[in-house]
Amino acid sequence: MDFWDILSYGAWIVSAILLIWMVVDTFKVGAEYSEDYLLSSQEGEDIIPEEDNNG
Amino acid sequence: MANGEAAAAAGGGGQRLQLLKVLGPVHVWALGVGIVLVGEFMGWNFTVGKGGPAASLIACWFIGLLYTCVAMVDSEVTSTVAAAGGQYAQAKHIIGPLMAFNVALYLVLAYTMLEAADALVVGDLMAQTAAELGHPGLDPKPFVVLTIAALAWLNYRGVAITLNVNFVITFIAFLSIVVLFFAAQPWDLGEVLHHDELMVGLPYGWIGVVAALQFGMWYYLGIEGTTQAAEETRSTRRSLPLGTMTGMITLLIAATLTWYVANGLLPWQYLGQSGVPLFDTARVLGIPWLTGFLFIGTAFSALASANGTINDASRAWFSLGRDRYLPRLFGAVHPRYRTPFRSILFLIPVAISFGFTGLLDQVITFSILSGLLGYTFMTFNMVKFRRQWPLGSIDRGYVHPFHPLPVITLFILCVATYFATFLGYGSTLLATMAFYIVISVWFHLRRYKFVERGSQFTMPWPRPRGF
Repeated sequence: MDFWDILSYGAWIVSAILLIWMVVDTFKVGAEYSEDYLLSSQEGEDIIPEEDNNG
Repeated sequence: MANGEAAAAAGGGGQRLQLLKVLGPVHVWALGVGIVLVGEFMGWNFTVGKGGPAASLIACWFIGLLYTCVAMVDSEVTSTVAAAGGQYAQAKHIIGPLMAFNVALYLVLAYTMLEAADALVVGDLMAQTAAELGHPGLDPKPFVVLTIAALAWLNYRGVAITLNVNFVITFIAFLSIVVLFFAAQPWDLGEVLHHDELMVGLPYGWIGVVAALQFGMWYYLGIEGTTQAAEETRSTRRSLPLGTMTGMITLLIAATLTWYVANGLLPWQYLGQSGVPLFDTARVLGIPWLTGFLFIGTAFSALASANGTINDASRAWFSLGRDRYLPRLFGAVHPRYRTPFRSILFLIPVAISFGFTGLLDQVITFSILSGLLGYTFMTFNMVKFRRQWPLGSIDRGYVHPFHPLPVITLFILCVATYFATFLGYGSTLLATMAFYIVISVWFHLRRYKFVERGSQFTMPWPRPRGF
């Protein structure tokens, strides 16, 4: 197994980690927060809770 | 968890989640130019193959005129519609739901297919590098998937970091074009550049010029994507027009420099079918560090484009979900990162599957046609916008000059480009049209009943004239 083969396997592994992280986070957020809150965004409204407006 | 979030998690507090308003004109520039600049590194050169160097220059400037009209028209409407979804939100307010649904699909498909094409470019660059370093036959697939996964993750984590990264890599890619131009010593014609020998007139006549128009779109395709940032800019009225117009100026400069250097160094027969024309141009100059810099520029431009398209496609998909044009769950905002996280996640397998079809040519043509349908919509949209809300009736952040001349110019150039596409990809053109007709029928019969019609008009505009 040379450098390029290792790099290819590395790419698969990193991709899998990132994808799994996003899927897990999505389910965690769904479990932690109410669906009404997650879907509360409305077009044309700029009301943002001040403590959360930090990035 | 912050207090507000804890209350919200319990379903109380009466708070709303909104996309984060953190972007400025620089981010808008990075989004627009980032999506497009890869077209300077590859794709534009097929104009040379279609009609020769002179036809390529005509296409570069005529299509540049088309996109200048697009940027002006888009900037005026978007400076009044501060909503994610860009042209979708415009269509919803000005034309109607069926047009809005179609426009959003044009956007999602154009950007997701472009994202797949960009990821394929990164994969191919890795395979070529491996081959040149003694490892032929490297499978590009893991690098295609890694590109999409890593950039989707970045988009998932926040819009500011996404577009800050895009600014850096887009600027480096643009810089590589400028450095290549000066490395070719344009002040000393005949020494390095040989336009006098390489310019061959119009080898296929004027029909070659018309045929070149389709690929001329590569120079600028995607600049209209800046409007997707409308809901996340601190000052939409200022940032959107400024970022879009400076982006368009950057692209006109980059396109002209690209054409000038490549056509002064490479014979048109070779240039017209090259996979990486700017990289090849650098190789002809024989300066190792410059070749390396153009390789980095090519890779960065593809990454920036994929990054920007993920941002734009997810905003359009999110907007459709929020308005119930699609299942409502896609309208969710991440409580910590303030991004449309479900839309970003949902579009990942779609992009990967486009990337794995292997039909790069067809994918790109479908993407271009979807973009072209969007530009055609803009002409009707602008006429109706000015008629129903004349100047002075609502506060505009930007007013495009010489109306209706840009709209008429845009429409004529769109028709010419449809004809050019029909010449080269007639079956794809017809298949694309058929797809959008079928999907429109589906929307009308099966989906429209879920749309909350009364709550769609969100802009604080007066009643339109005539109503």
